[in-house]
Amino acid sequence: MTSAAAETVVAPDAVLDALEAEAIHIFREAAGAFRRPVMLYSIGKDSSVLLHLARKAFAPGKVPFPLLHVDTTWKFREMIEFRDRTARELGLDLVVYTNQEGVDEGVSPFTHGTHEHTRIMKTVALRQALDRGGYDAAFGGARRDEERSRAKERVFSLREPGHRWEPRKQRPEFWRTANTSLAEGQTMRVFPMSNWTELDIWRYIQRESIDVVPLYFAKPRPVVERGGQLIMVDDDRFPLREGEQPQARSVRFRTLGCYPLTAAVESEADTLDDLLAEMLVDRRSERAGRLIDGEGGGSMESKKAEGYF
Amino acid sequence: MALTDATEALLDHPIVRVVACGSVDDGKSTLIGRLLAETDSVPDDILEYARSTRRSGSTIPKGEVDFSMLTDGLEAEHAQGITIDVAYRHLYLPSGRRAIIADAPGHEQYTRNMAVAASTADIAILLVDASRGIRAQTHRHLTVCALMGVRTVIIAINKMDAVDFKHVAFEDFAGQIRSAAARFDLDEVSVIPVSALTGDNVIEPSEAMRWYHGPTVLQALTTWRPAAAADLRTVPFRFPVQYVVRADNFRGYAGTVVAGEVRPGDKVVVNAGSISTTVERVITMGGDLDVARVDQAVVLTLETETDVTRGDLLVAPAEGMGVDQFPRPATAFAADLVWTGEEELRHGRSYLLVSGSLEVPAVVTAIRGRRDVVSGEEMAARTFKMNDIGHVEIATDTPVPLDPYELCRDTGGFLLVERVSRDTVAAGLVRHALRRAHNVVPHAFTVDRNARAVLKNQRPRVLWLTGLPGAGKSTIADALEAALLGLGMHTYVLDGDGVRTGLNKDLGFTPEDRAENVRRVAETAKLMMDAGLVVIVSLVSPFRGDRRAAKGLFSQDEFLEVYVDTPADVVVRRDPKGLYAKAKAGTLPNMTGVGQGYEPPENPDVTVTGAGDIDAAVDRLLAALEVER
Repeated sequence: MTSAAAETVVAPDAVLDALEAEAIHIFREAAGAFRRPVMLYSIGKDSSVLLHLARKAFAPGKVPFPLLHVDTTWKFREMIEFRDRTARELGLDLVVYTNQEGVDEGVSPFTHGTHEHTRIMKTVALRQALDRGGYDAAFGGARRDEERSRAKERVFSLREPGHRWEPRKQRPEFWRTANTSLAEGQTMRVFPMSNWTELDIWRYIQRESIDVVPLYFAKPRPVVERGGQLIMVDDDRFPLREGEQPQARSVRFRTLGCYPLTAAVESEADTLDDLLAEMLVDRRSERAGRLIDGEGGGSMESKKAEGYF
Repeated sequence: MALTDATEALLDHPIVRVVACGSVDDGKSTLIGRLLAETDSVPDDILEYARSTRRSGSTIPKGEVDFSMLTDGLEAEHAQGITIDVAYRHLYLPSGRRAIIADAPGHEQYTRNMAVAASTADIAILLVDASRGIRAQTHRHLTVCALMGVRTVIIAINKMDAVDFKHVAFEDFAGQIRSAAARFDLDEVSVIPVSALTGDNVIEPSEAMRWYHGPTVLQALTTWRPAAAADLRTVPFRFPVQYVVRADNFRGYAGTVVAGEVRPGDKVVVNAGSISTTVERVITMGGDLDVARVDQAVVLTLETETDVTRGDLLVAPAEGMGVDQFPRPATAFAADLVWTGEEELRHGRSYLLVSGSLEVPAVVTAIRGRRDVVSGEEMAARTFKMNDIGHVEIATDTPVPLDPYELCRDTGGFLLVERVSRDTVAAGLVRHALRRAHNVVPHAFTVDRNARAVLKNQRPRVLWLTGLPGAGKSTIADALEAALLGLGMHTYVLDGDGVRTGLNKDLGFTPEDRAENVRRVAETAKLMMDAGLVVIVSLVSPFRGDRRAAKGLFSQDEFLEVYVDTPADVVVRRDPKGLYAKAKAGTLPNMTGVGQGYEPPENPDVTVTGAGDIDAAVDRLLAALEVER
């Protein structure tokens, strides 16, 4: 190796600056082009970064679109507290939507299984929420490094009527120029953080002092072990099995979703520095902690075809 | 301590974009997979997957990493064992630099995807199989990369293990490929002997090929810097406005610097036109900046209140700038097109031209030729189909300040969007503005349309009768003209069959020719309307897109679309010209309603039927024209 190659000469900041500028560009382009955009806000770290970038894109003006949270009613309690506090403190226009028919039917991950619960309370709910709001574009925090099928995702990802994602209908993306026009019934998903990695997210959170849900940091929490995964017992809806007893273990979460479907990792990392250090050692991909993705390698792809974000 | 040039380049380009081309049997997936794995750019569980999962036909023993599995994506591709779409992957280079690799498919039928991947790339990695030699696709990849503005090419002669790592075999290839690459305007071409399978010269210098002294693939990526000629920092300031930011007593223009730099106090010109102003502040949420450079996203405020909006371009003033560095607004351009649409190019059809945030109707006015991507030669062409690359002339409705593509990709590249399906049908690269576009300035004549119309005491208009052949358009047009003449009005009927014996006798009935037929008739109708006439067009004009383009030439109340809606069975029974009989016999392949579809108007201004009383139809049209019998 030449000496220039061996030294680390590009500060991580320079990479983050470039990624930030790209995301801001995408936000502005979509906000200028679409009639009624909305930002999908899932309360996780990616959403926190996405929101921060949206604020940067339109400062000193306000974020010119509402935030939409699809609440499955099974989110961690700390997530909901964080969501409401963030909306209040930043003066955001937050829309919360729940699939009421699902609630009425008593849909839960325990009674209906992971797949059905996710389909009804998340995928169908999202479609309903987007239709009712009349939104023609929705920003999301998806990244190409998240999962293998995401590597081919467009920044401007076209959805056919019924929010279907058709791989073969996706538009070619040249330069920074996006074709943002829509035919009847089509909508767009827009992913400003397509080129970010999980490490970039955390480094950016640290650099910009972005507030995230405390669940990302280690703390003793009541968990049970099922199928080798640690699941937190967040409320009394959790049906404990015969002889099962929640134990307090020091755990944190790499991603956040419905609490019965989100596995914790054992960790002592209770600060950002510890967390970044741990990440550099533990290189498991973050979706490994999501129980819904484990159903065959391409299952994210098939969910997306149904309209999952 | 002074920074070395190499270090400076790294600081200025923290992210490099790479297009990887070559087909699956050239070992591209394996090369990318190895780069990812050995730079620690893939998570452990994905590595584990590549150890434990095998595609059918794979010869790599389980337990070892099958690098090609790291880059697999869509289920359809798993099944077919090929790469269909562009995938983007991140590589952490040892210098701290990030590489984003666009993994593009190699086959001919995916040229458009390769063009997408190359459109943002700084560097191309082009794989050649040492055991197979240079093939047509090697030339194709070079052509597409060079066309899309990739100026650094790393040619990886792969599978050197299959030729026993022999120096002679490599030299043979390297010579051939260098001469192939010499046809293009490239800044740097390096040829590296590698084996993606064994890892030789991918990350570390090869032990088996000590005769090679150049960089490995990773080193070449890590130390890349742009040649001076391709450096956007040296191009004068350009800033496409994306969004107008408004707050209390605040109006700022948000966008990304795509060339040059900007500081408070700099003079800027709006759309390279006559309005110039001065930049007041360069704003980010973190605070004001002294300077913003290429790729920085900022908000600018201007000293004087000017009417700047989304789609406008702010540029440095022309003074002190090379004549080719200032984007003179024009309405006609020579451009290369990469056709991406399922539908063929329709000569004369109106598309939307999109460049950054700019959107303007545009028409392809001439097809100059199609590029043979293997030989590089330009061949005659009447249309383009998907994956074709060719040279056209294009005209826009209003003057736009586009740059030559080679100067700046963002302001010299554009998309063509089909107006109904909204599909991206082409990527365009401006070669240059056409001179005549500057020179043809409509003269302001003393006698105008209004004067002519007043003299005739009538309101000039166009009635556009569309419908199936034999629907009764000509009959209605004839009766309507007679009625108008009787009222002392000045009229003319432009009949489909009539124009085809003269003005349009060079045109056939393919969709392209029909589009051109409609365009010429519409332009003629416009001239006649200008002359003060009420023009009745009687033309099948089966395609919505073509009619929409025709309507686009007129202002809203000048053009009435009239749908002559006659049931198909009536039309076929009537068949006044014997056309349906011929079509049925197979001698008229492009017959509307038989071989080609007829797209009825969605929102006609007037609908009449040709099946009933002609007088009733004429009455409806007179009412629409607001004249009384």
